[in-house]
Formats: sequence, structure tokens, C-alpha cells
Amino acid sequence: MPHDHPHHDNHLDPMDARVRALETILTRKGLVDPAAIDAIIDTYAHKVGPQNGAAVVARAWTDPAFAGWLAEDATAAVASMGFTGRQGEHVQAVFNTPQTHNVIVCTLCSCYPWTLLGLPPVWYKSPAYRSRVVIEPRAVLAEFGLSLPADQQVRVWDSTAELRYLVVPMRPSGTEGWPADRLAALVTRESMVGTGIVEAPQ
Amino acid sequence: MNGPQDLGGQMGFGPVAPEDNEPLFHAPWEERALGITLCAGALGRWSLDESRHARESLPPAVYYSASYYEIWTRALEVLLLRHGMVSDRELSSGEAAEQPADPGRLSPQAVPAALARGTPCDRPLDSAPRFAAGQRVRAKNAHPRTHTRLPRYLAGHSGVIESVHGGFVLPDTNAHGLGEQPQRLYTVVFDGHEVWGADGEPGLTISADLWEGYLEHA
Repeated sequence: MPHDHPHHDNHLDPMDARVRALETILTRKGLVDPAAIDAIIDTYAHKVGPQNGAAVVARAWTDPAFAGWLAEDATAAVASMGFTGRQGEHVQAVFNTPQTHNVIVCTLCSCYPWTLLGLPPVWYKSPAYRSRVVIEPRAVLAEFGLSLPADQQVRVWDSTAELRYLVVPMRPSGTEGWPADRLAALVTRESMVGTGIVEAPQ
Repeated sequence: MNGPQDLGGQMGFGPVAPEDNEPLFHAPWEERALGITLCAGALGRWSLDESRHARESLPPAVYYSASYYEIWTRALEVLLLRHGMVSDRELSSGEAAEQPADPGRLSPQAVPAALARGTPCDRPLDSAPRFAAGQRVRAKNAHPRTHTRLPRYLAGHSGVIESVHGGFVLPDTNAHGLGEQPQRLYTVVFDGHEVWGADGEPGLTISADLWEGYLEHA
């Protein structure tokens, strides 16, 4: 599917030259090792991403004791699955219910639970999302194709400190008896930020 | 500071426009910018709070026209200059003399452990909480010229304490080299109508995580 962003020609993009120069300077000065940059990129490209959060959600759906632990002390509960570290040092899980739909934002920068969802998408960091979701969340959710029942309250969590939030979406009907790994495949990144829900399987 | 980053409730940015099958990066330089920023941060010369303040201190016209990785890159240049780690001449020429590795340089072997460790910001406190869950509080009507994590759209509004957390590093001082000065953190819930009047969507509640010094009894 074509995307909306203009094609970046690396020889014409001034940011390409700017970042290249910065990397060269810092490497020569012994401050940065380019191989460490490669290792960081590899981590977020292949190891840390929304599959982590999806595994947490699926386990919460299938293991009531774990769900209870996640509600009480999410930092420890997700650490038990190996999910610790940068931009996930302190975690809180918030559970959607028929009464309340939770949505996460960081109006002041782009705080996001990296350990569980990886790097944030462009829309999450955009001024449009950050400005609007705290005053007209339903209008924003509609742009994601999500329309909530009128009687469901919307709770927006502004990540102003170092707590990182994970939305635990409601488990869809039609998945009774499914094992956790099959359930995890249904859980989207958007559903764990609150700009989506988990749809029942077709 | 009431800078360009303080976006809650601002208008005019248009639709959100999520991208289908969004790639992790939109250009190769974005990958390098991420890695450089994390590697430079790992040297320990500044805190995450100071780096956030460097980003929000970019001129608004720059901030709003830049992608997030461009904001990171521009702020990183400011931090490197401020801490004497690069010179203007080096940045403008893209040239620098070869130097031995800094003892704090992040090695590729150390990356997994460094990322898995992160930088926890919770700190022990001796003092008892000033506020209790269920209590009504007001976010102070404060507009410091310096770094703060009290969003402007909540300043002066009242809400209810939902959770009482432990101590956390205070960004307002830590961003400016004035120490961690940890304070207790609270999750405070605000009714959308209290914050936005009739102009917010009905049925909306908003919460924010606010330090004790941001709050007063309502």
C-alpha cells in the first residue's frame, strides 16, 4: 500500500547530511561507537516491539492470577516476562471495561511504553494527536475508525511523569478456549494505546 | 515552560492521519538519529529531563515544522555544545580530530543490558504523603519559565487524587542541574467539563501524574 510520506532521497534530505556529520564527529571524538548504534536499531527493529505488549495482554486474558498481578504491580508482572528497561522502568496497566475506555497520550513530549510497544508511531508523537486527544478523544478515535458506545466513558491518561501506561483491551467474544499465543496475534498496537479495540475474529 | 511542546487543547493541527503499515523509520537517518541520541545520553553528561527541556526550548516554528527525530537531533546538538563535548566549528564543518574512546562510551556489547536496565526515577522518601486518595486538589496556577511537567491545560484546575505513588525525581530541578529533589507523585483525575467547560466532549475524564509541589488543597 502506498504511504503518504514523500519519498526521501537521501542525497537531498538535509537531515541525512546533518545526522551523518554528527555521527562522524562523535565517532572521531571517541564518544559514540557506530556498532552500538547498530545494536540499538537492531533491538527496536527485531526484539522490542508491540509483540511484547500483546503477549502481556493475552496472558492477562488467560491467566486471572497474572491479570491481578498486572493490575496491582504491572512493573513486576511484566518484568517476570522479561520486559524491563528504557521507557518502561515504571509501568501501569489500565483495563478497558464496558463502562470505561482508556486512551494514552503524552501531551508534553512522546512518552510511550517502549519495553512493551517498541518505538512510538509518528501519529502518537504528532501535534495533532497530542493536542486533540485530551479535549476531543472521540473525534480522534473516529479518525482511527473507532466509534465507542455513547454510554462508555473515555478516560485519557496524560503520561506527564515516568509512569508508562499499557491499555489492556477487552477480550473479544468468539475467542473462548483460545491459547494465549493465538490471542496475542489479535492484539494490535493501537488497542494497547486505546486508539483501537481488539476485534472479534471473523 | 509554556513552550511549543505543551500541546494539550491547542487547535489547528488538523486530523491525526495514522499511516497504514507504518514503517519503524521513514528514512535511514532516523535510525541513526535514534542511536546517536541514546549513545550520547548513555555518556551520562545530562539527564532525560535536561534533554526534554532542550527539545521544548527549540523555537516554536522549528519545533512544529520538524519531525520528532529532527527535534531530537537539534536538541542533541544543543546539549553537546552546552556540555563542551563538541564545538560550533566541528558541527558546522562536520570534521573533528581523532580522539581515544571516552571511558563511558557505550559499547555494542553493553547495549542490551543498558536498554534492559533503563533509568529508574523512583526514589525513597521519608515524608508522609500530603494528600490522600479521594481528596480534592488543585493544580497550581503556575507558569514557570523553566522545565516543568505540569501541562498548561491543567494549571489552575481541580481534580481528585486517584493514586498516591512513591517519590520520583523532580524534573523541574533535575532538568537544570539543581539536583533530583525527589517528591511524591500522584495520579490526579480531572473531569473534562472542569478543564474545558462546555467545549470538551461529554463523559471525558483526564488524568495526569503530578508531583506534590504542583498541587494544593482545593
